[in-house]
Amino acid sequence: MSALSRRRILFGGAALGTGALLTACTSNTPSENTQINTQNSGNNANAAPGDKVIIGFSAPAADHGWVAAITNNAKAQAQAYQDVEFRSVEAGADAAAQRAALSTLIAQKPSVIVLLPHDGKELNAVGLEAMRAGIPVVNLDRAFPDRGAYRLQIKGDNFGMGLAAGAYIGEQMKAKGISNPIIGEIPGIDSLELTQERSRGFNEALAVYGFKVANRRPAEFTADTGQRAATELMQALPKIDALWNHDDDQGIGVLAAANQSNRKEFLMVGGAGSKAAIDAIKADSSVLKATVTYSPSMASSAISLARLIGQGKGMSDLVELQVPKEITLASETITKENADQYAKLGF
Amino acid sequence: MTQQTLTKVPGPAPKQRWWKGDGAEPVRRNLGLVGVLVVLIIIGAVTRPELYGDASWVTGNTWTILQQASAIGVVTVGMTFVIIGGGIDLSVGAIIAVAGVWSTTLATQSYGTAGMIFTAIVVGVVVGLINGVLISYGKLVPFIATLAMMVAARGLAAQISGKQTQVSADSTINGIASTKILGVPMLVIILALVVAAGWVLLNRTTFGRRTVAIGGNVEAARLAGINVRLHTVLLYALSGLCCGIAAIMLTSQATSAQAAMANLYELDAIAAAIIGGTLLSGGRGTIVGALFGVLVFSTITNLFAINNLSTEVQNMVKGGIIVAAVLVQQFRYRSLTQLLKR
Repeated sequence: MSALSRRRILFGGAALGTGALLTACTSNTPSENTQINTQNSGNNANAAPGDKVIIGFSAPAADHGWVAAITNNAKAQAQAYQDVEFRSVEAGADAAAQRAALSTLIAQKPSVIVLLPHDGKELNAVGLEAMRAGIPVVNLDRAFPDRGAYRLQIKGDNFGMGLAAGAYIGEQMKAKGISNPIIGEIPGIDSLELTQERSRGFNEALAVYGFKVANRRPAEFTADTGQRAATELMQALPKIDALWNHDDDQGIGVLAAANQSNRKEFLMVGGAGSKAAIDAIKADSSVLKATVTYSPSMASSAISLARLIGQGKGMSDLVELQVPKEITLASETITKENADQYAKLGF
Repeated sequence: MTQQTLTKVPGPAPKQRWWKGDGAEPVRRNLGLVGVLVVLIIIGAVTRPELYGDASWVTGNTWTILQQASAIGVVTVGMTFVIIGGGIDLSVGAIIAVAGVWSTTLATQSYGTAGMIFTAIVVGVVVGLINGVLISYGKLVPFIATLAMMVAARGLAAQISGKQTQVSADSTINGIASTKILGVPMLVIILALVVAAGWVLLNRTTFGRRTVAIGGNVEAARLAGINVRLHTVLLYALSGLCCGIAAIMLTSQATSAQAAMANLYELDAIAAAIIGGTLLSGGRGTIVGALFGVLVFSTITNLFAINNLSTEVQNMVKGGIIVAAVLVQQFRYRSLTQLLKR
């Protein structure tokens, strides 16, 4: 055996070993964490198994914890019902791919379709097509412009998030007696309508107290951009009284930046209500003192309501015989005091 | 030779100062970028005098600018090598994402700090190697091969992470971003080491000279006995290595990794290399220039932040600077030599 081939064998062996070790390193089983309604028993007539409902589901391929939670919740809630069959189609990377996926879904004639569109405007036509084919459509979060394109729309309240965050900060500043606070804001992707609505709500709430945002550095809903934006913001404002970060996922980076620059003088409010954020608020050991919800639990509710629609039932607490057409979740403020109560909604 | 001297009457040898010569061209170009940096800082000082009046703020701000430039700076060093060698690497952001996500899985984190660093670097190098093999042995155009890798690697990162943000629980990794050694942030030291290593590799080793030769003229390099294919593979592996290092730096800064991290870093790295004077067609470029390119972007971001200006305008200014830098590169050399002759 020549020296060269021995070297090759050694090198090849090392490469194989490294490969094996690395492959082992991809295993990743975080605890499954979903927010569903499991109160199937009791006197609630709606909870009793009824007609079989086939629910077709479609959501974008998630690159963000919130979208991932939407899909997980929908699946878990469907499994909690004996009379629901859940058919999920991969929505692909963009609106065109989701349109194609939904066309095949419509051809399968499910009882109800629940979807989180890539873009409400671009998938409006698919909503109309399904409704015309007699399949009720439940639109999750991203509204269709056409009111005929959906049977039920259930969404979060972006403007309300901003209002809640602004009101919390306003009250806190008032309580601390700070009359002219320096307030920072770290929104998500700035070109999105949802970001602009959140900011509008925030500014309106602050205006009630006569406060203004001193500096605003947008991130991109990711932790690394959150860290960058927060670092710049803290550099621009040597002293901050309050900070609203629109999104708890990017908030991981914002909190990291605060630790790295050793800044503790301000109070921070998050957005969305992730499990990590709720835990941090409860522990009360960081600058994060509150978060305003935009809960992916809406996917669980969407499945429950889709089931009722499929069975022709209404919401038992309401007088109406059918499920309403539009539901907007309230954005709630989670603080240390109620963190325990909201812990089960964290994603 | 003699024929020439006879027909062409030799005048007195033109007395050229070194800074007028071709050899000093990179230095002149870098001085231009230093000028841009100085102008940016002066604008900052004029618009926010109350901040710039505080010496400790200025020190802190300088470190912040350098820290914000650190991860992208490391990527740019690798990118500069690839571009000088006549290629392009569009997959750097995606490689960072795969390396970052792979090194922060629960399984990898159980191996501790060393395991995480090892994983990030090996993943970066291996993905770079795949790029290189596809390009030099699979004969794919670099643009296409790395574009495909960009898409595929992001997909792999999303697959591994299960589309979640993976928080790093390793205090040593997380500590890199907040550690200072003799007052200098660790991230800045890493950047300085990578830049120094890149400079030596490009200017003082045969590897560097071969890179320039291949980028300048592949055929001539091949005829001169350079193993062009192997060298190309190594260039992309080097870029992957830089991405692996940057992945650790970013993970440390964000205390987490996710599939969407380092979004569009390829564009920032290419732009920084280009305004640093690297020819997109290959064969010419400097590491120091690329570093200044990164610093210019980082300083602009800082300038816009301290003045609370919108990022839309910031992006327009960035685009303008890229165009201006390339235009200046095209025209300056000629016009400068003409000016000096007068």
